Amino acid sequence: MLKGKQVVALGERDGVSGPAIAACVEAAGGTVAFSATECFV
Amino acid sequence: MNAPVVVAATQVLAHVPGMVRHGSKPSRELPKDGDVERKFLASLRTFEAAVAYPPHQAYLSTLHPRALPERPWVGTAGGSASRFGGGGEVMPEEELLGLLAAVDEAGLVTLTPGLAERAAAALRTHPLGKHLALDRIERAVGDVGGAREARGSLALHVGAGPVEGAVRPADEVDQALTASVLLENLSSKATATLALLHLIHDHDLDPQSIDYVIGCGEEAIGDRYQRGGGNLAKAVAHSAGLSEASGMDIKNFCAAPIPALMVAASLVHSGVFKRVAVVAGGSLAKLGMKFQGHLRNDLPVLEDVLGGVAALVQADDGVSPILRLDSVGRHRVSAGGSAPQIMEALALEPLQRLGLTTTDVDDFATELHNPEITEPQGSGNVPERNYRTLAALASKRGDITREEIPEFVQTRGMPGFAPTQGHLASGLCYLPHALARLTSGEARRVMMIAKGSLFLGRMSQLSDGMSLLLERNQGRAQ
Amino acid sequence: MDLDSQEQLLQLSETHGRDDLVVVIGAPDPESAAVTAETIAKGDPSYAGALAGVQLGLEVRHVLDDEIRQEVPDDVWEAQIGVMADVLDGAALTEAVAKASQGDGASG
Repeated sequence: MLKGKQVVALGERDGVSGPAIAACVEAAGGTVAFSATECFV
Repeated sequence: MNAPVVVAATQVLAHVPGMVRHGSKPSRELPKDGDVERKFLASLRTFEAAVAYPPHQAYLSTLHPRALPERPWVGTAGGSASRFGGGGEVMPEEELLGLLAAVDEAGLVTLTPGLAERAAAALRTHPLGKHLALDRIERAVGDVGGAREARGSLALHVGAGPVEGAVRPADEVDQALTASVLLENLSSKATATLALLHLIHDHDLDPQSIDYVIGCGEEAIGDRYQRGGGNLAKAVAHSAGLSEASGMDIKNFCAAPIPALMVAASLVHSGVFKRVAVVAGGSLAKLGMKFQGHLRNDLPVLEDVLGGVAALVQADDGVSPILRLDSVGRHRVSAGGSAPQIMEALALEPLQRLGLTTTDVDDFATELHNPEITEPQGSGNVPERNYRTLAALASKRGDITREEIPEFVQTRGMPGFAPTQGHLASGLCYLPHALARLTSGEARRVMMIAKGSLFLGRMSQLSDGMSLLLERNQGRAQ
Repeated sequence: MDLDSQEQLLQLSETHGRDDLVVVIGAPDPESAAVTAETIAKGDPSYAGALAGVQLGLEVRHVLDDEIRQEVPDDVWEAQIGVMADVLDGAALTEAVAKASQGDGASG
């Protein structure tokens, strides 16, 4: 799923943030192409 | 000796249904679709409904958030709810428009003669009216139709009614001085001034005794050469008659109030100043942010109030709750940006440092956004999620068992009750309740936790946050 | 979804191609997860951003999806996700994303 893939991490402040998703993706062998965190409050 | 204490805190709301259309989201969405605009205007709340709304009464501290009735809160009848409850008030829109003119030193606001007369009459009999520059309201009377024709002006309405005023840009081509930016800044100034006036006069404080005012609202005032130039705080101090004070703003997205309290407490503790006020006005940009979710669920437009808050920090008086400077929890650059890492840094690390556990804290006040506002737009229940995260970490640390998690959430957390203006929700809105709980109530410690979405400014992927413990003063008891 | 994120997704799908690109989302609620997944799969339902009317059809997963979990080393998962796996409803989020990206989801 993630290994060798370009991954876009779209996090949410109230769930899992962009940097946290990005860290998981990299550890799983994926490349983070773009990472962002949204905030709705 | 100089242990910093919070002697008083006041909160106000201004009910501004007519100004919601100038919130960032409605101002972009309403012009696109006439049907949506009609439904929006038909879904604005009355002043009576806004006063009766239980979360607003909790905000005014007439009832503790844990004493809020079961939801739904919307549709609650007036009953005994009062405009002047707790320590502050809910100001109706006509008066707020008058207040905008009264704090407008640059001739930005034009009002119709009718509106100006009604607003001035109401404010003359307002308990704080004599402290306001009401003559400016009369001076703001002018040709609103003509003012509306000026390029870049914004119309002011009372609710869904006709145009009653206008705000002009200060400089047609300066993006920092457009009418909408200036209306945001003026709204923040007006509501912060109202809160500060209540703080001083409801608590019989001498305005001349306050040395410094720290602003922690969301607006960054400035001009094209320095967009976030700052110091709305000093403008507010001036409007509220604090002739001996100076001031500054602290910016940190929604987290700013806790750093502001920390700085205020540090200034008092170090002896630099004797009395420091922390103030914040409401965020116009955030009005109506989730209106689409509200309309979809046949709810009124719930984000229709501007909040204001003011608190006074001074040296130990033997009674007031102590701001423990040794408890400051900060989110270090290397702390990590996941929700548990942030909560660990802000809530658990400081307690561990002080030799305390999570069960030594009676109330945790964090991001108390009203869930009735956030859920219809799919943003969930923000405080509940925070409390569950905190409780899960407390259980992992062994402070409580897994089975005790729901009880922890219920008894040390609370339902969200703040308008969705992050700086108000970030712990600050609980300050009047905290003072009551730590003096006449039974709490020993309250932790305030604020988080700021630093990443929204695109200069970093980081978040920030800060926490601070308020503790019962044992002074006189000893 | 953020307009900038929509723009970035559109550009990345053009540079990398669909088969190489995976989107991992971290929304806390099934409803907001569904809207994000639907935007990525079928276009922006609010017609506000670059993905309005664009069916990217990219692979999209919630970070709490079991398939993602299995690929992340335990120590990293514990540090980055930790108790959020208990706080959020991973099964409901996984299902909401699957449904929305397959064309059966909520619109909004």
